[in-house]
Amino acid sequence: MKLTGSQIIVESLKKQGIDVVTGIPGSANLPLYTELHESGIEHILARHEQGAGFIAQGMARRSGKPAVCLATSGPGATNLLTAIADAKMDSVPVVAITGQVALPFIGTDAFQEVDTFGLSLSITKHSFLVKDIGDLPGIMRDAFNIAASGRPGPVLVDVQKDIQNQSIEIDSIPDPLPLPPKSAPGEKEIKEIAEAINKSARPVIYAGGGVILSGAEEALRIFAEKASVPVAVSLRGLSTFDHYHPLYMGLIGMHGNLSTNTAFNEADLVICIGARFNDRTTGNTNGFCPDARIIHADIDAAEIGKIRRSDLSIVSDAGDFLEALVNYSEKKDRSGWISRINELKKIHDKDFQLPGYHPLEIIRTVSNLAHEGSIVATDVGQHQMWVARTYPFPVGRTFFTSGGLGTMGFGLPVAIGAALADKTKTVLCFSGDGSILMNIQELATLADLGLNVKVIILDNGQLGLVRQQQELFYGRKFIATSFRTHTDFSTIASGFGIRGIDMNAARIDMAQLESALKEPGPCLVNINISGEYNVYPMVPPGKENINMLTEDMHE
Amino acid sequence: MSQHVISVKVENKFGVLARVAGLFSARGYNIDSLAVSRTEDDDISIMTIVVKGDDKILEQVKKQLHKLIDVIKVSDHAPQLSIQRELALVKVSCTSAKRSEVLQLAELFKAEVADVAHKSITFSIDGESGKIDRFIELATPYGIKESMRTGVVSILKDRD
Repeated sequence: MKLTGSQIIVESLKKQGIDVVTGIPGSANLPLYTELHESGIEHILARHEQGAGFIAQGMARRSGKPAVCLATSGPGATNLLTAIADAKMDSVPVVAITGQVALPFIGTDAFQEVDTFGLSLSITKHSFLVKDIGDLPGIMRDAFNIAASGRPGPVLVDVQKDIQNQSIEIDSIPDPLPLPPKSAPGEKEIKEIAEAINKSARPVIYAGGGVILSGAEEALRIFAEKASVPVAVSLRGLSTFDHYHPLYMGLIGMHGNLSTNTAFNEADLVICIGARFNDRTTGNTNGFCPDARIIHADIDAAEIGKIRRSDLSIVSDAGDFLEALVNYSEKKDRSGWISRINELKKIHDKDFQLPGYHPLEIIRTVSNLAHEGSIVATDVGQHQMWVARTYPFPVGRTFFTSGGLGTMGFGLPVAIGAALADKTKTVLCFSGDGSILMNIQELATLADLGLNVKVIILDNGQLGLVRQQQELFYGRKFIATSFRTHTDFSTIASGFGIRGIDMNAARIDMAQLESALKEPGPCLVNINISGEYNVYPMVPPGKENINMLTEDMHE
Repeated sequence: MSQHVISVKVENKFGVLARVAGLFSARGYNIDSLAVSRTEDDDISIMTIVVKGDDKILEQVKKQLHKLIDVIKVSDHAPQLSIQRELALVKVSCTSAKRSEVLQLAELFKAEVADVAHKSITFSIDGESGKIDRFIELATPYGIKESMRTGVVSILKDRD
C-alpha cells in the first residue's frame, strides 16, 4: 500500500492503541492534523503546548501507557519542552510528535524553525529526527517501545513537513514490539538481600515511584506484612501503600514526618525500592541513615550507587524483586521496633489541634467531602506539600505531582489528562494562586471537555513556599513573593465557562463545597487562606533529615 | 582523580555524537579527549573517550552511557589490557643553528618530519600518550609554536 508520512504516523498511532491525542496544530504539522481528521482518533485541543504536554502526562500517569502530544515546529516545540523534561525526571511514558520545517529550509533560520532534536537531547529518554520517510514506520514503532520499556520516559519524534507529505510503498505498519523481558532477579542476590533483612532488627522500607510504575503495590504490602517491615515513601511513592496501614510511616524527607525521619536515623537497614535517594528525600546524603546498611533495588542500573553507596543492590523491576524476595523472607515479629516507631509518631507527630481554617484541615475537609476514591493532582508549592503530608491517597496511581522537576503549572493539565484516561473518577486538582496562573489557559480545554475535574486553589496571595524560605533562611528579606493585586479566580473560571466559587477559609460553606466536589462537571473553588502558614516540619536545605524545623519551634 | 579510557560502540546515527557529548556536559563529567571514527562495520562508530574522575564517577559514566539508546557497548580499557595510540602534530621553533639538535631529539622519539620552514620544523609523532607528552616536554625549551593531538584511540588485546 502507498501511504504518506502523515498516514504512516496516524496508522502507527492506531496500531499502538492510541485513541486520544492532544496538541495544537500549526504550519509544520498541518499535513499530520489533516490526516487525523477522519482517523477516529480523538484530538484534545489544548490552549498552550505545555498544557498539551502535561495533558499527555496526565493520561500516561493514570493509565501507565504511553500517551501522545503534538506540536508544530519552533515555538510549538519549545513550549512542549518543560512538560517533556518533567516527564523525564518522573519517568513518564510520553511520545511527543513535533512538526519541523521542510528539508530545503532546515538550517536556514526559516520561519518557526528551531533545532527541536538538539534541544530535546538531554530531556528525553530518546529522540528521533526523521530524515527519510522509509525510516518512519520503524521509528514510530520504536518510539512507543522505548517510552514504555524498562524505566519509562519521554520520546520525541521530529518530522519534517515534506516527509509528512511524501508517499512510500510499504507492506504494512509494523506491529508494536513486545516490551523487552524484564531480567529475572538473580536468586543469589535475592537470597543475600533476604538474609540481610531476616537478620535486621530495625529495618525500614523506602518506597518510590518505581513501585507504582511496576504496579507492585500489592507485592509491597504482602512483603511488608510478612516480614513486618515498616514502609515510608518518597513524594513519588505516595499512593503505593495504604495510608491507614499500621506499618505505614508516611512521607520521608524535607517535608516528611519527623517521626519517619527519626525512625530512619535509628534504622539498621534501609530497603530502597524504586527510588533514587533524591536530595529532597535524603537531606544531606552523608547524614542519611548513618548507621544503616542500604539495600537498593531499581530497574535502572545507573541509579545504583549514583548518590548513596549501597551494601547490597539489585537491578530489577520493583514487582519482580518483591515477589522473589517474599519467598525467602522469614515471618518476623518486630513488635519492639514497630512500637518504637509508634512511640516516635506520638512524640513527634503531635496533632496541633489545628483550627478548621488551617490549610491541612481544609485538605482533610475536601478529602472527606469528595467522592471516595478520587484521584489527586497538585501543582507545586506549599499546597503540594500540605496535600502530600495529609491526603489519604487510595492505593495505586491516584496521586500525580511534579516530583523531580517541580513544575508549577503541572496540576490543571495533568488533572485533565488523568480525567481523560479514567472518566469514572473525580480528579481533584489542588493548586495555589501562584501555580494555577502558570497554565490557567487550560481551563478553556477543561470547559470544552466538561470533565469531572475540581480545581481547589489555596489562595494565600503569595509564592508561599519561596516566601517561607525567605522567612527562614534569607533573613526575612521578602522580595518578589507577594502578589500586589488579588486575582479573582472564581470570576476567571466563570469567564472560561466553568462554575467558580470563592470561599474564605474561616467560613467554609460545607454544603456548597460538597456540591462543588460531587456534582458532575468541572468546578473551581478558590479558598482564601492566611499567608502566615509555613509547611512544617521542614529540613533546612543541606541539613540532615533529623534536624527538622518544627511548628512549635517557630510559633 | 585518575584517567580512564572508555571505548563506546555506537550506532552510526544522526546526532549520536551530540548525545554523548551532551551527556558529559549535563552530568558534569570531564572529557580529556574524544576520538570518533568509523569501524569495519558501516553501521557502527566507535568513540574513545578519556575521562578524568574517581571510580564512582567512572562507574556512573559507564552506566549513563549504557542507557543511551544508540549506545551498543561500553568498555573500560585498562592500559595493560589494551593497545592505546595517539598522534600529535608539533611545530617546534628552530633556527638553522639548532636544527640538528632538534632533529636528533626527534629521531630518538621516531617523530617524523612533516614540514621544514626557515624558523620551524613540524613533526608528526604517534604512540602512547606518555611518549608524546615526553617529546613535547623535551622540545619545549626550543619553543613549541603550535601543537595538537588527536586524542587516544584504543583497542583491546586478544587473549589466546
